[in-house]
Amino acid sequence: MTTSRRQFFGRAAAVSAGVALTSPLAEAIAAPANDTGLVDVAFRVNGERRRLSLDPCVTLLDALRERLQLTGTKKGCDRGQCGACTVHVDDRRVLSCLTLAVTVQGKDVTTIEGISDGDELHPVQRAFIEHDGFQCGFCTSGQIMSAVEVVEEREVRTDDQIREAMSGNICRCGAYPNILAAIKQARES
Amino acid sequence: MRAFDYATASTVDDALKLARPGSAFLAGGTTLVDLMKLDVLTPDRVIDVNSLPLKGIRLHAGGLRIGALERMSDVAAHPVVRAVHPMISKALLLSASGQLRNMASIGGNLMQRTRCDYFRDVTSACNKRRPGSGCPALTGVNRGHAILGTSDSCVATHASDVAVAFVALGAQVVLRGKDGGRTVALEDFYLLPGSTPDRENVLGPGELIAEVVVPVLPWARHSTYLKIRDRQSYEFALTSVAAAVDVKRGVVQDVRLAAGGVGTKPWRLRAVEEALKGGVAVERTFADAAESAVDGARPLAHNAFKTSLLKRSIVRALLDAAGVR
Repeated sequence: MTTSRRQFFGRAAAVSAGVALTSPLAEAIAAPANDTGLVDVAFRVNGERRRLSLDPCVTLLDALRERLQLTGTKKGCDRGQCGACTVHVDDRRVLSCLTLAVTVQGKDVTTIEGISDGDELHPVQRAFIEHDGFQCGFCTSGQIMSAVEVVEEREVRTDDQIREAMSGNICRCGAYPNILAAIKQARES
Repeated sequence: MRAFDYATASTVDDALKLARPGSAFLAGGTTLVDLMKLDVLTPDRVIDVNSLPLKGIRLHAGGLRIGALERMSDVAAHPVVRAVHPMISKALLLSASGQLRNMASIGGNLMQRTRCDYFRDVTSACNKRRPGSGCPALTGVNRGHAILGTSDSCVATHASDVAVAFVALGAQVVLRGKDGGRTVALEDFYLLPGSTPDRENVLGPGELIAEVVVPVLPWARHSTYLKIRDRQSYEFALTSVAAAVDVKRGVVQDVRLAAGGVGTKPWRLRAVEEALKGGVAVERTFADAAESAVDGARPLAHNAFKTSLLKRSIVRALLDAAGVR
């Protein structure tokens, strides 16, 4: 951030005060919880209700990693280009680095920590292990979260179609052939 | 990212009332949040419009109507879109990645900003980002830049794929503002850079896109969207062509053509369309007609290849759409 916390809090407080005084739409503003400019956000993460007070510029990625200690979701490029931060919001794969955390109010977020059934790994996780679908592992949680959606897509059948569907997840180690093999196996199971 | 205050609205009127100079509407966020992180966009208020009732994909007498908040992936997969205008679905599926398509809205897609590296780098001059500061792309690295509709102020391309398909099909956008609504042809919605490249479209302050309306052309099911890029997936176009063609008894009756990756806005190829009408639907006709696509083109040091690439792409798209091969 380029703005200091003091600058930010001072300005945000002034803005919210101005709105309260002049705007009949005050209720339409997601009212800051207090004069710090933080916004209360309630959502479910891996089935659990969570409530956070957040600066609106915090991304879902940072909220998961820094506030909820769910560090399985990785920060790669932080620009929506690599896919390492892929999570599911309301059962759709999205990039948590380009999602402002305040926008998931009331939604269901699923991270890599939430796809297994207790100690029973998700079929996609098992397939990645069986096919050695990674080397360094940094992109793997994003790959798996993408693949969990891709294996359900009926129109993704051929190898080329799987590669295309997975093109938003970059692997710098180049584990692509094994990732492809893992997805093919998981799709059949 | 600079500090901002966050607001939500559940009606269009509330969203418009919250808008003020320096505010920005947030839908999928794939452009806005990215450019806020780069300090290219620095809104002091972000208005989350995702709860507005601007959804739905319907076939009406007036055409195929797509709510501005429909997500790219939902529009691409929609059976009516695929049946009526497969070109739209194809253009969407060749855009971005699965994650981005799940996030990005149709309205936001039309509002996405150029991928010009100078625009995205706040340490560079850029007339679009900082009017009057200059355009380093004119003499710098300009392989990806435009050859059509450029000015001495700006040579940035428009990045959207689906806007190219929409422009080819003569789509309109329904705009909502504080003074009511209006409908504008998408082709006229975008402005040429001229001496004011910071003004990219006709949206007034606080106005937003509510809906896209695409005319139904029964023959336009014979269509394609061809996208040429440096890698096969997850990349912006060097050149793209949206083509729909109506061929009866081997003769072109009607045709719609637009190009992406070559213009400062989605580029309707009217001269090529006129040259094709009444012609025999064979490769030679297509190649002759494609010559006029680059009339007035102004190639730069690194992108002269786009003139021949565009012409060849037009021929290939027409052959595909006409089912000639």
